[in-house]
Amino acid sequence: MRRALSALGALFALLLAGCGGGGGDSLVVFGASSLEGAVSEYAESFPGADVKTSFAGSDQLVAQIRQGAAPDLFASADTGYPAQLHREGLVGKPRVFAANQLVIAVPAGSEISSLADLAEPGVDVVVGDPSVPVGAYTRTVLGRLPATERRAILANVRSEEPEVSSVVAKLEQGAADAGFVYATDAESAGEKVRTVAIPRRLQPDVAYAAAVVAGAEDPAQAERFLDGLIHGKGAADLRRAGFLPPP
Amino acid sequence: MRRGSWFAALAVLAAVVALAFLLVPVLAVFANVGPGELLEALGEVEAREALWLSLRTTLLALAIVVAVGTPAAYLIASREFRGRALVLTAIELPLVMPPAVAGIALLAAFGPRGILGPAISGAGIELVFQTAGVVVALVFVSAPFFLRQAIASFAAIDGRQLEAARTLGAGPFRAFVTVALPSARTGLASGLALAWGWALGEFGATLLFAGSLQGVTQTAPLAIFADFSRPDGFVSALALSAVLILVSAALLLGVKLLGGERALEGAQRP
Repeated sequence: MRRALSALGALFALLLAGCGGGGGDSLVVFGASSLEGAVSEYAESFPGADVKTSFAGSDQLVAQIRQGAAPDLFASADTGYPAQLHREGLVGKPRVFAANQLVIAVPAGSEISSLADLAEPGVDVVVGDPSVPVGAYTRTVLGRLPATERRAILANVRSEEPEVSSVVAKLEQGAADAGFVYATDAESAGEKVRTVAIPRRLQPDVAYAAAVVAGAEDPAQAERFLDGLIHGKGAADLRRAGFLPPP
Repeated sequence: MRRGSWFAALAVLAAVVALAFLLVPVLAVFANVGPGELLEALGEVEAREALWLSLRTTLLALAIVVAVGTPAAYLIASREFRGRALVLTAIELPLVMPPAVAGIALLAAFGPRGILGPAISGAGIELVFQTAGVVVALVFVSAPFFLRQAIASFAAIDGRQLEAARTLGAGPFRAFVTVALPSARTGLASGLALAWGWALGEFGATLLFAGSLQGVTQTAPLAIFADFSRPDGFVSALALSAVLILVSAALLLGVKLLGGERALEGAQRP
């Protein structure tokens, strides 16, 4: 019994040791859901630090930071959230590091071929929640449409998803007929989905900004990570995933 | 110092720590949101619709669970058969399944590309993005709570009572209604309360399987999640959380008052 107890104690200590804040050379990056593929790849090869990443809707990451979460770098799918956090003194000055395009994704084999098709009755459309950047961009596009078409499309919205990856998942499952996602997400979804372009005059300006979080353990390291996203290995990974250079 | 007294002190300390750790987050919800703010946040359309939807879907799910689960539990409890342990394990599996896994599993089964998807849409039934889909998710995650308790309660009935009813000429249905149901009622009621509490809190399976749309599929837990990430949404999230905590506390208290603990002990019996 005594031996079992001490073994349990040792195990407990071992597990606990893994729960600490990590050593000095670890870097925690909060990234928008759409950045997952490219930034994970960059993070794995980043020299000098063990990079831990957490991907979610940018708005969720903002809420976490406001509630006291302390990553070293925050990379958002828009420029608005980092600017807000900067004004609140929670992050340093944001820098734009990539751009993207909004597209309509449809399951492979779908007959939808234009934005106007989404206004047809019975088309199940999935969008992002208004607070997540992809949802905000979607509403920008819809806001540029004639009122009747906008209302018809909004009436077809079946779900407001918390992040772009769950919009893509709903399409891959064949649950929805169309969804508004980033071009990069549609690309990484592969053959299960096809994209329908959104006309240039309706395109929102999709720009990604990142900022070093106030109180980062090693701000210089975080800046180096961000530098690499702007021009370096990270930028190359972003381009390969289909992200555009910052405007 | 007497041997063992240090252990008593340690146990008291452990109890205080455990209680504080469990209570502080719950109390913090109420400390963060005053009654005025709470009422104001609950007056918002989104919150009201979410609570109303939660009420409707959980009650519907419970009705289905009780209607199907009660006779099923009675059968399982009153028969000895091979593989009984396996059946019981299968029933309890959703209890320990992560909610996201439950959502994926439901999609794989009943989603448009799921194994039963074509049959379901062929029958003209739509689940994904529909309130009906929320109910399906709630039934899946809450049924095990009721079934487990119901099986234990039926199994605890003295078999001689049922036999007596049968010798007096009662058919199986009459024996079930006049003897089994009344004897098991406290156990059934506490199983029902636990299932309700769990259904009210369901999040992952609903989001993955049914989606999230205000008034259609956005139940209170989903609204809390959406609120959390909205600017200034933290107060609404706290207000909805406070309501769910109060309802859950009432349900748990109900279980205790019903003597559900005895029924829970019954669950341990073979």
